[in-house]
Amino acid sequence: MSDTYILGIETSCDETAVAIIKNGREIISNVVASQIDSHKRFGGVVPEIASRHHVEQITLVLEEAFNESGLNWNDIDAIAVTEGPGLVGALLIGVNAAKALAYAKNKPLVGVHHIAGHIYANRLEEEFQFPLLALIVSGGHTELVLMREHGHYEVIGETRDDAAGEAYDKVARMLHLPYPGGPHIDRLAARGEVSIDFPRAWLEEDSFDFSFSGLKSAVINKIHNAKQKGESLKEEDIAASFQASVIDVLATKTVKAAKQYQVKQVIVAGGVAANKGLREELEAKFTETDIPLLIPPLKLCTDNAAMIAAAGTINYQQGKRSGLELNANPSLQL
Amino acid sequence: MQILAIDTSNQSLGVALVRDNEIVGEIVTNIAKNHSVRLMPAIDYLMKELTITPEQLDMIAVAKGPGSYTGVRIGLTTAKTLAWSLNIPIVGVSSLEILAYRARFSNSLICPFFDARRGLVYTGLYEAKEDKLMLVEEEQNTLLSDWLEHLIATKKKVIFLSPDIEKHAEIIKEKMGEYAEIPEIAYHIAKPSDLAIAAFDKEIDDTHTLTPNYLRLAEAEVNWLKAQKEKQNG
Ligand SMILES: [Zn+2]
Repeated sequence: MSDTYILGIETSCDETAVAIIKNGREIISNVVASQIDSHKRFGGVVPEIASRHHVEQITLVLEEAFNESGLNWNDIDAIAVTEGPGLVGALLIGVNAAKALAYAKNKPLVGVHHIAGHIYANRLEEEFQFPLLALIVSGGHTELVLMREHGHYEVIGETRDDAAGEAYDKVARMLHLPYPGGPHIDRLAARGEVSIDFPRAWLEEDSFDFSFSGLKSAVINKIHNAKQKGESLKEEDIAASFQASVIDVLATKTVKAAKQYQVKQVIVAGGVAANKGLREELEAKFTETDIPLLIPPLKLCTDNAAMIAAAGTINYQQGKRSGLELNANPSLQL
Repeated sequence: MQILAIDTSNQSLGVALVRDNEIVGEIVTNIAKNHSVRLMPAIDYLMKELTITPEQLDMIAVAKGPGSYTGVRIGLTTAKTLAWSLNIPIVGVSSLEILAYRARFSNSLICPFFDARRGLVYTGLYEAKEDKLMLVEEEQNTLLSDWLEHLIATKKKVIFLSPDIEKHAEIIKEKMGEYAEIPEIAYHIAKPSDLAIAAFDKEIDDTHTLTPNYLRLAEAEVNWLKAQKEKQNG
């Protein structure tokens, strides 16, 4: 069988990204233009600014990724693009660029779910073994997804309120840490002590759902109360205690689900997968089991288009196609 | 020379194919419906109808705003990606200028405008000279009331064009009196074939650096600049 080359486009938040992937597993080129410096001054991603940057970057990033690949257009089998979820104005840039490209070069168009992309980032490192459990943790998502085969996703647990990444950003803001706050908390936590007993939301006995709003409020209250009483809390200890609470719930539920569904592999995906504390805790917990744990290299944890092309390869091979009427869908279901 | 023209900058959606100043085909809809969903199918339909393939295009013309931020970006992203992937030149034309073309046989000054909410309009002033349009006053985002004060002071006849004309005709007539000309409703929607014709005479843009003509900073930037100024002043 001949090789399959998919060009992927990702613009769901604040990265303009294009990549070309061979056979769903091998990165041929992978270009990411990050806007993070532009959003820092606003303390978070401003959707209108993100859209403005995407339209300025899109053809530049396309050109760089295509030239870097050394391929001809004849080699490319299909154009894959994130159709959702994400910021609608940002998604629209990728979707419309993908449609124009598919039309101009007469290539099939394949819409991809952003989270499917995060999961498939792992397949660039190691082949999947089914059934497989994926823990997705990012600014917008906290989910446990069961996969029994390629391209099929069963959400067995999700957050009922805030995503883990959201809680990180909120707490980071309380501690006056610069945006994005996650990595700063992770760094502070490594130097602190778990001295404060923050709550852990286990929810019902048999549930794999998450909840982080209670924890978020508890941290905010703790800081407020300490301030009012004139007590000084060590920022490192707040970070360590908060992070311990998040990680404890994430890791415990992931292990429990992995055992219950007798999975052959556990995958961690999404921006928060870059978190050192989380990686260490999961690694420790899973060495006690005989289930292999995959965590993508840092570069593939954050948003990129290699993952979209990788997930798009499966959609393409399974015969899934999108029409020229494809639209951005900010609340697309997995 | 075959030019594909794309305009999704305001409510109307327009696609045209112009060959050496001859309009070969044109699609215009004027309904509040999703540009992102409908633009590529409209291009596909027009091209198929005219039996033209993408490789046969020589140039892309695109309306670069002002207008709806999202609409402008949908058109520009599509146009830029088409131009880049087909390796053909692109020309961006102001959405106000395209609209002004609808009055290019008039001897009056031409004032195209789009409603920009809260009493504001995106507008500019054009004049036709031998069928070509000259920009007489810079395009701007301004209060309609201020703009009309300014226009009346010139004591010249001005023809007003806007898809939002019905909302503002009253105040224009009241302030401008006999100096205001408002044509019948059919003339207030921009035509993509005019965009192609306007692009014909313009310099080629750089595909990568062609950006929307927003005429306005993003709100977050305005607030940020204000905060910086306040900080500086103590
Ligand atoms: Zn993501």
